[in-house]
Amino acid sequence: MIGLAHYLVVSAILFVLGVLGIFINRKNVIVILMAIELILLAVNINLVAFSAFLGDLVGQVFSMFVLTVAAGEAAIGLAILVIYFRARGTIAVDDVNRMKG
Amino acid sequence: METLAVFASVLPEIVLTIAGLILMLVAAYAGDGSARLVSWLSVASLALAAVLLGQLAVHAGGEIFDGLYRADAFAAFAKALIFVAAAVCILVAPRFFDGEGGQRAEYPILILFACIGMAMMVSASDFITLYVGLELNSLAAYVLASFMRRDERSAEAGLKYFVLGALASGILLYGMSLLYGFSGTTNFAGVAQAIGDGLGTGELFGLVFVLSGLAFKISAVPFHMWTPDVYEGAPTPVTAFFASAPKVAALALTTRIAITAFGPGGHSWQQIIIFMALASIVLGAVAAINQPNIKRLLAYSSINNVGFALIGLAAGTAEGVAAVLSYLAIYVVMTIGSFVCVLQMKDKDGRPVETIASLSGLSRTRPGLAAAFAIFMFSLAGIPPLFGFWAKFLVFDAAVAAGLTPLAAIGIAASVIGAFYYLKVIKTIYFDKPAEGFAEERSPIDYGIITLCATVIIIGYFLNPVLGRASAAAAASLF
Repeated sequence: MIGLAHYLVVSAILFVLGVLGIFINRKNVIVILMAIELILLAVNINLVAFSAFLGDLVGQVFSMFVLTVAAGEAAIGLAILVIYFRARGTIAVDDVNRMKG
Repeated sequence: METLAVFASVLPEIVLTIAGLILMLVAAYAGDGSARLVSWLSVASLALAAVLLGQLAVHAGGEIFDGLYRADAFAAFAKALIFVAAAVCILVAPRFFDGEGGQRAEYPILILFACIGMAMMVSASDFITLYVGLELNSLAAYVLASFMRRDERSAEAGLKYFVLGALASGILLYGMSLLYGFSGTTNFAGVAQAIGDGLGTGELFGLVFVLSGLAFKISAVPFHMWTPDVYEGAPTPVTAFFASAPKVAALALTTRIAITAFGPGGHSWQQIIIFMALASIVLGAVAAINQPNIKRLLAYSSINNVGFALIGLAAGTAEGVAAVLSYLAIYVVMTIGSFVCVLQMKDKDGRPVETIASLSGLSRTRPGLAAAFAIFMFSLAGIPPLFGFWAKFLVFDAAVAAGLTPLAAIGIAASVIGAFYYLKVIKTIYFDKPAEGFAEERSPIDYGIITLCATVIIIGYFLNPVLGRASAAAAASLF
């Protein structure tokens, strides 16, 4: 029987993978965008699992909001990536260093 | 509550939403030629929204929309600061963008949408409202950071802000999902009740994740690393905006969550806030010392100031919250003033200059501007009798009253370190050999704003009764 704990573990693994994808990845900014989506989906699994477990609809409503905002966020992220590519001609993470820090 | 009364409590947000949508259509049809008109109309709608804050329903309305939203004095205080700061950032923008190939009409509209998001943030009393407001603000802010799309630094600032901001939102959301799961509700009051019954591991994890996500948004150490790069790369009017309005919104939001959602749990959040406050103050003071770029310096200064404001929150009392609000009000005046001064730094070709070295001998070429710079720097350093001193005094006073004397002592010591780099700027302005002067451009709007900010900083003490009463009333609505 698959219980709440299983869902939470899967979601925690996905969340950690997403965070690592942002910090360890040194190649491509697109991968970072994918990692961000992974984090948001981990949150959705959490919300839906809790919602089913608690018998409370709010979690599912919340996950709908998260999905919608994630779509907008991906659109804006890609748009910024496009103007960055136009200005610099590269999207390698190591090249994002015009300013130190 | 009656339906009409509910909508009366969110009138400022409704005004801004309608204005934003109509102006977007105007901008879409009339093109960039309408930039001036759209700017002025945006300022007018912000002014109208600010006036509407005076309505009883808006600042004393209590819970509306089934507990999703609160229209109380606390939110009204923060909204007033946000609207004023945003209006100033729209007013000073045209001259900056004219030097960069003309202003585009989207700028004021994006700021309007960010303002709606921020108004939702400070009024939120439920995690869903909070998230939607925060994202509305953030999405507009990502675009604003990369607004000069042909400029490499602006594009890079936008990219960095987006990646780290999205990560912060993810962390915040993960924390909210845990809090929802383990307390069974997304309402602040419900979460407070669940935490009051005993803080479980799940709730503790949620609390830490939520505070980490918020620390990103207020750029408190250890989640500050994006701040200097984004502040340097973004166009200066946008930097002025980032340093003022969103910071007020995020700090007010953090305060509301800490007090109303986490408050009763034996101050479980207090140690985290104390750590963030101390780290921000010390790092903000030390890392700014060797910065050659004035915008980076002001970025570290803002990290430093967030630390001081968090000291007031760490106290966790009504006085502490009132001190945070007063601090924010005074901080906004100082920051806006400094950034409008930075906007005056242009070389002979009208290109913006950002090095501190270029300020050398400003007191001889532009004595008025130099004096204004000096006033803002002295005030940020917290030197009496300027208003910035009073801001710091209030938070330290609240911390000592709450028994956090060591925290206040370390804060005072670090503010002495911080004074060093502010004084270095003043020394460059007054005692160094004059560099090539800036372009002589006099804009009545910019000069009016600088004069107004400087006057408020100088005669601040006379405003104390008003500010004190307003912030105390606002703080009382949280307890």
